[in-house]
Amino acid sequence: MSDAAPASIRTPVAPGADSDEFPGPTTNACKLCTPLGACLAYKGIAGTVPFLHGSQGCATYIRRYLISHFREPLDIAASNFAEHAAVFGGREVLHTGLANVTRQYRPELIGIATTCLSETIGENLPQLLREYREQAPAATDAPALVHVSTPSYRGTHVDGFHATVRALVETLAPAQIAAPKDQNPGPVALFPGFVSAADLRHLRELVAAFGLTATLVPDYSETMDGASWCTYEPIPAGGTPVAALRALGAARAAIECGRILAGEARTAGTHLAQLGVPLHRLGLPIGLRETDRFCYALELAAGLERPASLALARGRLLDAMVDGHKYVFNQRALVFGDEDFVIGLTSFLCEIGMRPVLCASGGRSRRFGAVLRAAVPELPADTIIREGADYADIEAAAMGLQPDLLLGPSKGYALARRLGVPLVRCGFPVHDRLGGHRLLHVGYAGALQLYDTLVNALLERKQASSPVGYSYL
Amino acid sequence: MSVPAHPPAAGYDSAGFPLPSAPVPESEAVRLEMLKAYPPKTRKKREKQLLANDPATPPEIGANTRTIPGIITQRGCTYAGCRGVVIGPIHDILHITHGPVGCSYYSWLTRRNLARPKPGQPVNYLQYCMTTDMMEEEVIFGGEKKLAAAIREAHAIFKPKAIAVYSTCPVGLIGDDIHSVCRKAKEELGINVFGFSCEGYKGVSQSAGHHIANNGVFKHMVGLLDEPDPQPFRINVLGEYNIGGDAWEIDALLQKCGIHVTATLSGDISYEQICKCHTADLNVVMCHRSINYMAEMMETKFGVPWIKVNFIGAEQTAKSLRKIGQFFGDQRLTDRIEEVIAQEMAALRPVQADVRSRLQGKTAAMFVGGSRAHHYQHLFKDVGMLTVAAGYEFAHRDDYEGRAVLPKIKVDADSRNIEELDVEADPQRYNPRKTPEQIAALQAGGFNFKDYDGMMAEMKKSSLVIDDISHHEMEKLIELYKPDIIGSGIKDKFVIEKFGVPCKQLHSYDQGGPYAAFTGAANFYREIDRMINSKVWQLVTPSWKKPADPALALGRGIDSPANQAVRAVVSGLAKAWKPRQAAAAAPES
Repeated sequence: MSDAAPASIRTPVAPGADSDEFPGPTTNACKLCTPLGACLAYKGIAGTVPFLHGSQGCATYIRRYLISHFREPLDIAASNFAEHAAVFGGREVLHTGLANVTRQYRPELIGIATTCLSETIGENLPQLLREYREQAPAATDAPALVHVSTPSYRGTHVDGFHATVRALVETLAPAQIAAPKDQNPGPVALFPGFVSAADLRHLRELVAAFGLTATLVPDYSETMDGASWCTYEPIPAGGTPVAALRALGAARAAIECGRILAGEARTAGTHLAQLGVPLHRLGLPIGLRETDRFCYALELAAGLERPASLALARGRLLDAMVDGHKYVFNQRALVFGDEDFVIGLTSFLCEIGMRPVLCASGGRSRRFGAVLRAAVPELPADTIIREGADYADIEAAAMGLQPDLLLGPSKGYALARRLGVPLVRCGFPVHDRLGGHRLLHVGYAGALQLYDTLVNALLERKQASSPVGYSYL
Repeated sequence: MSVPAHPPAAGYDSAGFPLPSAPVPESEAVRLEMLKAYPPKTRKKREKQLLANDPATPPEIGANTRTIPGIITQRGCTYAGCRGVVIGPIHDILHITHGPVGCSYYSWLTRRNLARPKPGQPVNYLQYCMTTDMMEEEVIFGGEKKLAAAIREAHAIFKPKAIAVYSTCPVGLIGDDIHSVCRKAKEELGINVFGFSCEGYKGVSQSAGHHIANNGVFKHMVGLLDEPDPQPFRINVLGEYNIGGDAWEIDALLQKCGIHVTATLSGDISYEQICKCHTADLNVVMCHRSINYMAEMMETKFGVPWIKVNFIGAEQTAKSLRKIGQFFGDQRLTDRIEEVIAQEMAALRPVQADVRSRLQGKTAAMFVGGSRAHHYQHLFKDVGMLTVAAGYEFAHRDDYEGRAVLPKIKVDADSRNIEELDVEADPQRYNPRKTPEQIAALQAGGFNFKDYDGMMAEMKKSSLVIDDISHHEMEKLIELYKPDIIGSGIKDKFVIEKFGVPCKQLHSYDQGGPYAAFTGAANFYREIDRMINSKVWQLVTPSWKKPADPALALGRGIDSPANQAVRAVVSGLAKAWKPRQAAAAAPES
């Protein structure tokens, strides 16, 4: 394979230029499509089958892509549009599809998301679902139907993910309810964002450390990272129960992770806030400071100080940072991926003394630069920040930056190979290493793991390039 | 089906099929068990796609019909078949997907169609994934301008020889005329620019995309360069996509024999090779489904005859080489081919025998592609494994029942959507490679052109044939057959492995390959040996909880509702695996 780039792909951007104007076409996208995010969010609800209203190719492509990251079974149904339905409307195929999924899976919930096709022809989902409900035989175990609008020409996989979380909460928890007696005090509603299965498990542990229970929306830590089966599971076990979603109006507090998400006027969190649930809008708890903030919100919710176990975990992270600071200090890093992920990672890199020279995302919130600088005030002024970027932009910008390390999804590999520097894989998608879905990014434990990984990547590079081959570093 | 002249080898029956070491369930009973769960309408459709095989007179199969909405299928879309499969592997033209971001992203290097440009041609665009990345405003106001800009930008940066444009669902719906944009760009830039209307909702599966791709490649590339390669015995290998390096193995083998490959459509191929592929003497077809259109059109227009070959499996590879030798009818070539086969087989036989000692009598099932579910049966057969059930994802009746049924296939609304090119003999360049007398002589010697007999003719009687298999049927299949391995794709791989059955990805080969030709066959034997005999399956059940059912003791198969005893053991196991109990109960084994 020829590794040489045929030509400089895009004109490099001057350092310090926080531009949000980019050429229209995209070369090597740094974002995926909206319905992919919707499908993953639905996978985090117990007994749920994701269902795409569109052509079967979308379901197939999204399945194959999510599966190459998670290496787990993943069923996504579709209404399998043919040309006829594309011209005359998809009412019939939607109704047939829903009936078939209901019969085969006996799901508690069918999570419907639209695609470019059904959005372009202007399918009226609320109307079609109303008709379906009226027609379908009244059964007590009829699945709940939630739908979300996710044309890929509007937003990214992350936007599709958040829109689905909002649709789930708004549809299933429309009103404030009193906390059930056996669940007094109510759980913490936790909206973790697009994170790994290991992250979800750790977030639940963090909440539990404060003596609280969490309702994570979504929670695909088990549905997308399960054990081997003893019996066939049409819908893999795990996920947040639908009943827990319905009870969210009784939550004692809500925590919504993502500083970009916090700029949205209408989210799952703001819906709960309207119902009177105290809402904390925080960053993804990546790195020491963002985890501190997360834990502080839990202290407030629990009404008690952080437990000793967490103080120890925090201390352990600090201790490691002291041990390794000489290896990472002033090392130059490129960070790319989803906007909120990049903000968390950048904050962490600055904490440990590294120098993020380029922070880029395929997301296009129009506030990435401002939010990043607000979250990480010590970020050097000449750090290039790019939103709506693709890997061609990242490469063009990277060429003059002489990075020591790249941090982001597997798609950064081509650039890392050309630059001859290590890529520390994190975020989504990671399909050229095993266990991408088990990478831990959040909490003190996640920061510690990330820290060890990137220090070791730097040490390995140093060792490999040493003319004498040190084995004692 | 050929009947071996000599008595059957040990472990094989008189028809040459491996003898399974455990009894195989009766396929008609399995079929009825699978169909039982369906409501009448679905059952009516599925019973035509689920058949007990008869190789002598293959029953009619309801292939290439729409998947019912809500039934999980492994099938893809028209775009995937066109951009992803057939044209995607061309490494020195730029591929631009016109549409929102997802479709291009998912077809970005996901098929493992490798490319290794020749010396002096340092261009490999396969690592680039270009899309117009349509936004809402383009869906409302039209995306033609953005497409034109994307083509210009791509040209300015890369200066490619050609640019191909692919439509996705919204493009067809809003009525963007990509072909007129391409024509204008072609005039403006002076390079070849052409479009494919391969919107995902067209057709039943990716198969429609193959046809659209064939049409476009034929219209816009084939025949542009009238410069035959100087070597003798020139062939094209059609329907070989170089997954995991297969085309390289085939190339090397043919070269060793003295046969020259003008073009491989489309594994690791350059634009120039496609433009001059009509100058070859013969087309040999690997994947019949995806490229038979091209073979037919090239014969009609340029007089290049075609034959079906298969380089998957040692016996099949030898047979295919001999067939090519027979076509050329050159004694030196024929001798050289025999010499190469003897050399390669001498190297391969010890590997085959070693692996067969561990795999003889084991069973396989395969649900993949348009040809692979057929071709790979030969590799399994080489090591003594019987294919008990197989089916395609997106094939047509002729791939199952043989080309003899072609005149009888009904053209439905979905097939009518796809253009059939009106091809005529080229007034200057039509040149039949053989005279009618030569053809008659070849045929008298048992040589057949355009001779695909389909999968069913080469599968054992009463084996199960399943088209477009559903999850439910896969579950039943594992439960009832307990096959030792299943060949399939990434979308059902992990379901199958959750059941304790190893699954080899035969679309993209997991990380592996090549598996073609003799050297590839050795790789495949070793891979299957490794997967079936992996120690991990024996670790599924803790040592102090061995169930009575030997299949479950191997960790293979699932809890059968019919077997209450096994159920009890399995549910006991599930409890034992709760961490605290496991820690307390775990004695030294």
